[in-house]
Amino acid sequence: MNMNNIFSSSRLALMVFALVAVASSCTKKDSNEILVGHYGSMTGGEATFGLSTDEGIKLAVEEVNAAGGIKGKKVKLITMDTEGKAEQAAAVVTRMIKQEKVVAILGEVASSRSLAAAPIAQESKVPMITPSSTNPKVTEVGDFIFRTCFIDPFQGTVMAKFAVENLKVKKIAILRDVKSDYSVGLADFFAQKLKEMGGEIVSDSSYQSGDLDFKAQLTQMKAKSPEAIFIPGYYTEVGLIARQARDLGITAPLLGGDGWDSPKLSEIGQKSIDGAYFSNHYSNESTEPVAVEFLKNFKTKFSKEPDGLSAAGYDAAKVLFKAMESTADWNPMAIREQIAKIKEHNGVTGKITIDDKRNATKSAVVVQVQGATNKFVTTINP
Amino acid sequence: MKNLLWALLAASIVTVVADVSVDAFVQLMFIYVIINAILALSLNLINGITGQFSLGHAGFMAVGAYVSAYLSSVTSVFSPFGQLVFFPLLALMGGLAAAAAGFCVGLPSLRLKGDYLAIVTLGFGEIIRVLLLNTPAVGGARGFYGIPGPVDLDLGFLVISKFYVNCWYSLFWFSICFISLWRLKNSAFGQKFFSVRDDEIAAEAMGVDTTKTKVLAFVISSFFAGVAGSLFAHYANYINPASFGFQRSVDVIIMVVLGGMGSLSGSVVAAVFVTLLPELLRPLQEITGVDLRMVIYASCLVLLMILRPQGLFGSKEWVHVMRSWRLRFYGRKSA
Amino acid sequence: MQSFIQHLLNGASLGSIYALVALGYTMVYGILQFINFAHSEVYMMGAFVAYFAARLMGYVDSPGIDALILCLMAAMAGCAVIGLTIERFAYRPLRNAPRVNVLITAIGISLFLQYSGQVVFGADPKVFPNLIQDRALFEFNGVEFRSMDLTIFLVTLFILLSLQYLIFKTKTGSAIRAVSQNPLVARLMGINVERTISLTFAIGSSLAGVGSVLVGLKYPKIEPLMGTMIGLKAFVAAVLGGIGSLPGAVLGGFVMGLSEEMVVAYLSSTYRDALAFGILIIVLIVKPSGLLGVQRVEKV
Repeated sequence: MNMNNIFSSSRLALMVFALVAVASSCTKKDSNEILVGHYGSMTGGEATFGLSTDEGIKLAVEEVNAAGGIKGKKVKLITMDTEGKAEQAAAVVTRMIKQEKVVAILGEVASSRSLAAAPIAQESKVPMITPSSTNPKVTEVGDFIFRTCFIDPFQGTVMAKFAVENLKVKKIAILRDVKSDYSVGLADFFAQKLKEMGGEIVSDSSYQSGDLDFKAQLTQMKAKSPEAIFIPGYYTEVGLIARQARDLGITAPLLGGDGWDSPKLSEIGQKSIDGAYFSNHYSNESTEPVAVEFLKNFKTKFSKEPDGLSAAGYDAAKVLFKAMESTADWNPMAIREQIAKIKEHNGVTGKITIDDKRNATKSAVVVQVQGATNKFVTTINP
Repeated sequence: MKNLLWALLAASIVTVVADVSVDAFVQLMFIYVIINAILALSLNLINGITGQFSLGHAGFMAVGAYVSAYLSSVTSVFSPFGQLVFFPLLALMGGLAAAAAGFCVGLPSLRLKGDYLAIVTLGFGEIIRVLLLNTPAVGGARGFYGIPGPVDLDLGFLVISKFYVNCWYSLFWFSICFISLWRLKNSAFGQKFFSVRDDEIAAEAMGVDTTKTKVLAFVISSFFAGVAGSLFAHYANYINPASFGFQRSVDVIIMVVLGGMGSLSGSVVAAVFVTLLPELLRPLQEITGVDLRMVIYASCLVLLMILRPQGLFGSKEWVHVMRSWRLRFYGRKSA
Repeated sequence: MQSFIQHLLNGASLGSIYALVALGYTMVYGILQFINFAHSEVYMMGAFVAYFAARLMGYVDSPGIDALILCLMAAMAGCAVIGLTIERFAYRPLRNAPRVNVLITAIGISLFLQYSGQVVFGADPKVFPNLIQDRALFEFNGVEFRSMDLTIFLVTLFILLSLQYLIFKTKTGSAIRAVSQNPLVARLMGINVERTISLTFAIGSSLAGVGSVLVGLKYPKIEPLMGTMIGLKAFVAAVLGGIGSLPGAVLGGFVMGLSEEMVVAYLSSTYRDALAFGILIIVLIVKPSGLLGVQRVEKV
C-alpha cells in the first residue's frame, strides 16, 4: 500500500464518517406509525432469551397490525441489541427514547439490565414494561416501570409451599446459578420461606450458566441425602443437571421455577427430567382459548414451539397494546395511565392485573414435566 | 476537494456540539468516548510503550469501579459544590486501589513473556470478575445498584446540568492521563519503557531496571484504568460484573491496536471510532433483520491486523502524521 | 469415602476432555509458537458439523456405532477444513508479524466464529443426538462409573499414543519437529514448511472435532458459545503441562479436571473458574515452562 492510497482512503473514511455523523443526528418520523421499542440480548451469552422474547413480541405486533392496528395506526417495533451488557441496555434505551422517539419500551429479561435501563425510562417519562424481570427492585425505580410477570418473593414462596404442603418434604438442597440474579433471588426467597415453614436447607451449592458439568456439586449434595432439590435456574442447564443427578443415583424429586419453561428442557433432560415439578405462569396443555391460539400461531410463524419467555413477551406486548387502545392521546404519560389500570387481562400466561406497585398479580401454577407436556398439578394464588 | 473535506469536518463537529447540548444519547456517547479513551491510553502504556501484553485490563477497571462505588455508598456528599471535589476524590481512591491490583498482577507476571503474560493477565481479569460475582456485599450477580452520581450544579444564576458536570470530571481525568503519558513518552524517563519494549536484554545490559520499569508500567496503567472505572460507575449509576469481562478487555485492545501501539493520539481517535461504530451500524440491522454488527466488528479486526497491522498512526503521533500530510499536499513547505 | 472416589472418577472424566482439547492447542503452539485462540471455536464448529451431519443422515432416530463413526469423521473433516482455512487466510499472511498481531487476529477470528455461529445456527441451545448408549458400567457402593466416561478416557489415550507415534516415529513427524525447532533450516533441508504447518493445523483441529463430538455425547447440549470456557481451561491445561509437550497436555488436562472437581466439592462451587486461572498463575510463576515442559533459554 503506497502512501498515496493511505491518505486518500483516510480522506474518504473521514468524509464518510462526517456524513454519517450528520445523517444519524437527523431523525425521521412517520406519524402514521406507533413506535414501540424492545431492548434485549440478541447476541452474547443470553441471546437465546432475548431472541425468544422478541419472537413473542413480534407475533403480538403482527396480530395487532393484521387486525388494523391500534385506532387505525400500525405498530412499528424497533428491536435493539443490548449484547447482554448493562451499560448497553442503558445506552440503547437512551437511543430509543431520544433518537427513535418511541412511546413505550418493552424489556428486559434480566433484572440487572432492566435495572440499568429503568432509571432512564423513568426520567424521560416513557413507560417501560418488563416481561420477565423478577427482581422486586425493578418496579421500585418509579411509576413508569411495570412488569407482567411474578416477582421473586412470590415465586420462591410458591415452590416452598408446594414442597412442604404437597410433596411433604422438609430437607431440601439448593443448586443455584450464581451468574443470574433471577436464580439467586429465587433461591434466597425460597430458602427464607422454607425456613419459616420449618424446613431445612441441607446443602446450598452453585454453578454458572454455561457450565456443563455439575457432578461435583451433585455428588456433595448426594452425601447429604436431600428429600428434594430446588434448581431455580434456566432450562439451558437444568436438563443436564437432571441427567447427571440421575446418573449419580440421586432419586429425589427436582423442583424449579419458570426459567424451566421451554420445549428444550425435556429434549435435553429426556427421562431424567420426567416427574420434576416447576412453578410457571401456565401449563402448555392448557385449554384456554388464548393459550391455544397463541401456541398455534407461534408454531405457524416460527415453525417451533414457544418457550415461557416468548409467551411472556407476547403478553407484555398485548398489555401495552390494550393500554394504548384505551388512551385518548398518544403521549407516553397517557399510555402509562392506562397500563396502570389494566385489570384481568386475559393473557397466555394467566390473568394479569397490574397492582399499585406496578407488578402483575397473577396466580402461579405448579406443573409436572411429563415428556413434552407440562402436566398441571395445582394452582397457588398470591 | 480539500476545502470540501474541511467544510464537512467542520459541519459534523458543529452538529455534534449542537447535539451534545440537547440530545441525551449523544451526550451518553460523548462521555463513553472519553472513558474509553482513558482506558485505551492506559493500556497503550503497557502494550504499546512497554511492549508487554495485557489481556486483563477490564479487571483493573472493575476494581476501580467497585471500590469507588462502595466508598460512595458508605460516605455522602455534603453539598452540590462538595461533589466537585468528592467525585474526583472517589476516582482517585478507585485508581489507587486499581494500582495496587496492578502491582499484584505485574510483579509475579514479570518472569513471563508474550503469550504467557497475555494469558496470565487474562486469568487475573477473570479472577477479579469471579470474585466480584461472588461478593454479595457489592451485589454479586445482581450488580451494584443506585450508585450516586454527579447532580445538577445550581449556581443561582445558572444551572449546570449534570451532563456538563460529568464532562468536567471525565475531561479532567482525561487531560491528566493524556498529559502525563505524553510527558512520559517524550522524556528521558520514558525511554526506559521503550527500551524494555525494543530489547529487554539489551536494556538490562545498559543498566535499566526492567523489573521496576515493567511493574511501574502496570501500576500507572491500572491507576488510570481504575479512574476510568470509577467515572463509568458514577455515570452509569449501575454496574455488574458482566460489564468487566473478557469482552471489555478485548474492546480496549482493539482500540489500542487500531490507533497504533505506542501512539497516544491514535488511541484517542480509535476510542472515538470503536465507541461510535457499533451505534452507527445499528440501522444496518433494521435493513437486514439480523444483528450482524458484532460479526462485522470481528471481521474488521481480523482484516485490520492482516492489511494494516500498525493501525492508524503506527507509533507516531497525530502531529507527525499531519506533518507528513502537509509535506505531501503543500510540497516542500514548512514542516 | 465413596463420595471421594466418585469425585476422583468425575474429575478424571472431566480431565480427559480437557486433555483432548489441550492436545490441539499444544500441537499448534509447538509448531508456530502461538496460542490459537480460535481453537475453541473450531471445537464448537465440530459439534455443529456433527449435529447437522447426524440430522442429514437421519441418525437422530437410529443410534449405533456406525452413526458415531460417521459423525466423528464428519466433525474431524469439518474441523480440519475450518482450521486449514483459518491458517491459510489469517495466520499465514502474518507469519513474520509481531506476535501480538497474530494473537489479536486469533481473538478476532474467535469472536467472528462465535457471533456468526449465533447468527447462522441460532443462539438457542440444540440437543446433540444420542448416537451411542451411555450405560452405567459399574456401580459399586453408590459410586457410579459410566461407559461414556470410559470411552472418552480411552479415546484420549489412544489419540495421545497415536500422536506420539506420529511425531516420533514417522517422517511427517520428523518434519513437524524440525519445523518447530527451526523453520529456516528445515526449509533448507528440503521440508515443505507451509505444508507441514498446514498439516499440523489440520491434525490439531480435527482433534478438537473428536473432543466436541465426545462432549456432545456426554453433555448433549450444544450452542455457539460452548467453546469459550472449555477452550480456556484446556489452554490452561496445555500450559500447565508444558506447552509443546503432548504428554504434558494430557497430564495438564487431568490435573485441571481433578483440581476443579475437588475444589467444587470440598471448597466452594462458586470459585470454579477462578481456580483454573489460579492454578495457571501459580504454575507459571513457580515453573514457567510447565510440569513437563522444557525451559527455553533466551539467547541474545
